[in-house]
Amino acid sequence: MSAAPILEVRDLDLFYGDAAALEDVALDVGAGEIVAIIGANGAGKSSLIRTIHGIEKPRRGRILFKGQDIAGWPSHRVADLGIGQVAEGRQIFAGLTVEENLDVGGFLPRGRATRARNRDRVYALFPRLAERRGQHAGTMSGGEQQMLAIGRCLMGEPELIMFDEPSLGLAPAIVQEVFGIIEQLNRDGITVILVEQNVAVSLKLAGRAYVLENGRIVLSGTGQELLDHEGVRQAYLGM
Amino acid sequence: MDVETLANALVAGILTGMVYGLSALGLSVIFGVIRIVNFAHGELLVIGMFAALVLFRWLGLDPLLSVPLVAALLFVFGYLLQSLVIRRVAHLADHMQFLLLAAIAIAMVSGCLIVFGPDPQGVQLDYALDSFAVGLLVIDKTRLYAAIAAVLVAGLLLAFFKYATVGRAIRACADNYLGAQVVGLNVGRLYALTFGIGSACIGAAGCIILLLVDVHPYLAPGYTLLAFIVVIIGGMGSLFGALLGGVLIGVAEAMAAVVIQPSLKTAFSFALLIVVLLLRPQGLLGKAPH
Ligand SMILES: Nc1ncnc2c1ncn2[C@@H]1O[C@H](COP(=O)(O)OP(=O)(O)OP(=O)(O)O)[C@@H](O)[C@H]1O
Ligand SMILES: [Mg+2]
Repeated sequence: MSAAPILEVRDLDLFYGDAAALEDVALDVGAGEIVAIIGANGAGKSSLIRTIHGIEKPRRGRILFKGQDIAGWPSHRVADLGIGQVAEGRQIFAGLTVEENLDVGGFLPRGRATRARNRDRVYALFPRLAERRGQHAGTMSGGEQQMLAIGRCLMGEPELIMFDEPSLGLAPAIVQEVFGIIEQLNRDGITVILVEQNVAVSLKLAGRAYVLENGRIVLSGTGQELLDHEGVRQAYLGM
Repeated sequence: MDVETLANALVAGILTGMVYGLSALGLSVIFGVIRIVNFAHGELLVIGMFAALVLFRWLGLDPLLSVPLVAALLFVFGYLLQSLVIRRVAHLADHMQFLLLAAIAIAMVSGCLIVFGPDPQGVQLDYALDSFAVGLLVIDKTRLYAAIAAVLVAGLLLAFFKYATVGRAIRACADNYLGAQVVGLNVGRLYALTFGIGSACIGAAGCIILLLVDVHPYLAPGYTLLAFIVVIIGGMGSLFGALLGGVLIGVAEAMAAVVIQPSLKTAFSFALLIVVLLLRPQGLLGKAPH
């Protein structure tokens, strides 16, 4: 990691009741990086993202965002610091229109004053959304909904975006488009944490990556190092 | 039974039903967003009526003019009730929440009894006995004004949820709770706002109903039940449904009163409820569960 860290996670434990979902997790994300987190189903990837975002409360540990410990903060305060999330399953507001979804995405104090400008930017980035601004979000295709989830996240002007399985259930052509957008956002200066079932692509995209197994980080390295790693190739790339 | 009587009952029923609809809207908003069944609904309504009564006696304020004041008062009450009390039981089972709200309801009725006593009290307005004649119809001025006020307040509420960003944010919380957290909405605060807005709506309905009915503390449980029937008929979670359900119940009651006898009007409402539950369990405008 060359750049100054924007996010440092230390000694993080998360429990659901008595069951541990994360144990002793530590990771660093540098400003401007793309960091991938890979792991099998149930490894704890989504739990990690939700904990960083304040949606789950950790039992122990520190989460430093730009040096400030935000562990245990409520999600609305975390989001207002500039941490955005494109959640697993998209979690758009199906009964609201596209425009209303974006509006609500810019409701946090951070995005309130610049909402109109951000909306124009999102529409420029996703012309499909502009065409469908009056349509109910639940009636759109999976790809369009994913674009909306990303656009809605951008309305909060995040410095760091955590993507949780953004390509899940999308047609191959759309998957390419989504990865292209993630790269572009990163080039524009947004730091990215990427959780993907599509391990090969995410390791190629990522500068660095962590492997999560049963709630613990078992391996980390550059994307290329993990692509070449025997255990990773066998477990996640089927080679 | 002549046409004239029926037509007059129909119109009176529609007008009264609009006020019922406004009251039910308050219940529907709170349930639709926070998923709390407000068993203190009728009690809030009665407090709104008493507040309008006090303003009338002290300042000579027409209950229709006291709508903004009483709505603001009940907004604050509802906001505090949610953020200080109900929030703390949100994680408990439904019956525990029910017990808490039932207890709050009893405390409110008892409070009203202590302050105002058990006897019915009303306002005397100088236009109370006036009416408009339109062809066969004779429309009470108070009933017409009440309906217009109810429709205005309901329209304001619907516009708020459609166009104001806060209103959209509240709908977003109801639509997808996790999604609301993901975009950084302060769900706890929006819930308190929702309870406040629902209560304000009930308070407004209370002021308006005072034009038509004398108030006493024991009115409360009946109004709770009435709002439940209206919301179930109209469809849980549908705001237009609440208004439609209100009009249907208003008409059913008015018709029952002239066709059979006034004391049977509640039986008529329940009959309508049963028919709707049999034919369309999700309510007239409610969405069927998938
Ligand atoms: N809300 C919850 N309550 C209880 N247990 C949970 C909850 N969410 C996740 N778990 C459990 O925690 C573990 C980690 O789940 P998590 O969803 O974080 O994994 P994941 O790596 O994102 O998996 P996937 O690839 O399936 O998305 C799993 O055993 C899961 O069953
Ligand atoms: Mg997951």
